[in-house]
Amino acid sequence: MSESGYADTQPRMGFFTDTSVCIGCKACEVACKEWNLVPASGSSGDGEMDLLGLSYDNTGDLGSNSWRHVAFIEQQVPASRVDNLGMPTIGAPDQQDETGVRWLMSSDVCKHCTHAACLDVCPTGALFRTEFDTVVVQPDICNGCGYCVPACPYGVIEKREDDGRAFKCTLCYDRIGDGLEPACAKACPTESIQYGELDVLRLRAAERKQELHADGVTEARLYGENPDDGVGGTGAFFLLLDEPEVYGLPPDPVVTTRDLPGMWRRAGAAALGVAAAVVASFVGARR
Amino acid sequence: MSRARGPDRDQQRSAQGTGRAQPSRRERAMVEPAEFRSYYGRPIVKEPAWEQPDVPLYLFLGGAAGASASMAAMARVSDLPRLARAGTLVAAGGSLASVAALIHDLGRPERFLYMLRVFKPTSPLSVGSWILAPFSGLATVSTVSLLTGKLRPIGTLAGNAAGLLGPAMCTYTAVLLADTATPAWHEGRRELPVLFAGSAATSGAGAALLLVPTREVAPARNLGLAGAAAEVVAEHRLEHNLGVVSETYRHGRAGTLLKAGKALTAVGAGLSLLSTRSRVASVAAGAAYLAAGVCTRFGVYTAGVASSRDPKYTVVPQRERMAQHGSAVQ
Repeated sequence: MSESGYADTQPRMGFFTDTSVCIGCKACEVACKEWNLVPASGSSGDGEMDLLGLSYDNTGDLGSNSWRHVAFIEQQVPASRVDNLGMPTIGAPDQQDETGVRWLMSSDVCKHCTHAACLDVCPTGALFRTEFDTVVVQPDICNGCGYCVPACPYGVIEKREDDGRAFKCTLCYDRIGDGLEPACAKACPTESIQYGELDVLRLRAAERKQELHADGVTEARLYGENPDDGVGGTGAFFLLLDEPEVYGLPPDPVVTTRDLPGMWRRAGAAALGVAAAVVASFVGARR
Repeated sequence: MSRARGPDRDQQRSAQGTGRAQPSRRERAMVEPAEFRSYYGRPIVKEPAWEQPDVPLYLFLGGAAGASASMAAMARVSDLPRLARAGTLVAAGGSLASVAALIHDLGRPERFLYMLRVFKPTSPLSVGSWILAPFSGLATVSTVSLLTGKLRPIGTLAGNAAGLLGPAMCTYTAVLLADTATPAWHEGRRELPVLFAGSAATSGAGAALLLVPTREVAPARNLGLAGAAAEVVAEHRLEHNLGVVSETYRHGRAGTLLKAGKALTAVGAGLSLLSTRSRVASVAAGAAYLAAGVCTRFGVYTAGVASSRDPKYTVVPQRERMAQHGSAVQ
């Protein structure tokens, strides 16, 4: 049995998103929308395009209508750290102490957690774990209770306002069942998004991190690949070039249901307290 | 971060989004203000998807109904017919209204029965549905029997069964909120069950103080005082023991609502001491307790929403945890 509860008949499938080669083209966002028929998104919720003024990011975050989201971060770094592309320039040559801009771009997606809070708290069983160890919503079961929305430690799943039900990335359940790769990975021109067996991806990611470290990119780090983290490792994990929160990711996410046994004990004790207080109130009143 | 400027503008300066977290007064002497980074100051977790006033009212009504059902059951065996009658009516009315609020909040209300499709102990909403559905059914049977005078033994049996489920009605909603990634609720998971138990007790007692004549009101007065004490202790802990997240219980609209709730609870408790002598005092105490319950539930809900809107409350506690236990990111 795997950690997520499935018998090992089919290897666990997932994404490795190597943000060091992301060029911010958003082909993943477009391919996802087209294949999955995801409605237009705008943070105003009316389907109109929004200009957010956050670098080239006009998607903002993951949500019911954005299953891939490319983050754009512009950082001031010493000019010496910026690759010289040999572009023609005007004026005097750069001074040594001048600063340049480093771009971080990252395509975020549902993490398909080993211990998925959305799945745990779903009261109807609409959210389920597939044979690929991914986490998928069944739209014909979801009654739009919305509990999964605040349960997700990454803020991925969301209720679609005009529909009432919750939606998120399915890791293209309909494609991978036919041996195809998910639409976003298929469309990615730089192989920043890699789809495959999770074990293979983890090995590849470790190699890539070492390679970057050897090249002097010591800030390269993996996010979500550790099976001992608060969600038991994620099915979609990342190579990042800065701290997770810079990309809008929680630095140490924990599946909320890890603390649930303790919460039920506290609530049980509090309920017994109410019962005792009610009985005592009547006994006290009789005297 | 200066409070006057507001967190959003301050953090949206740059993608580096370095902000400063205000430490609670208790920690101020020892700990430097926590620095944190974010993606343009945008939230990490999603805001609770539930509607206001549906869900805060659902919390309030369910709690009041639970405490009232238990009181009604005890009143029946203690031969206090007016208190038993009031408790029975409030249990049925409150729980049916609570069910209505919950169904109204669903994105697909016609699928409300899907809540009973499975029983999942990992989902407090599933467990809660399995408490709320039988409770409201039993309380309704008991009320119908009481109002029509028919099938009295069955009505009594149903009322007593509802009374047994009552305490669970009072506290399961605390787990419902705490079992999320919403920082104010999850970090408050130890305190919320006590707060909700206390708030349910004062609300149930408040309804009885409002409806029951002075000679039968003493048990409600006692229950209200016990509930008020539990509420004060739990609320103080929420406001001071959760590190940076406690801010969300002290400041803004949540802070105002919770302060109002505390003041109304104190007024209710004080007036209730006169409830066995003065019907006017009893009614005023009951009204104050009920208003306090509404303020407290809306306050807790609002604190949760506020904590999900600012990435500080997600990042800073996680960074503190990592500093204690070593990094999860390699």
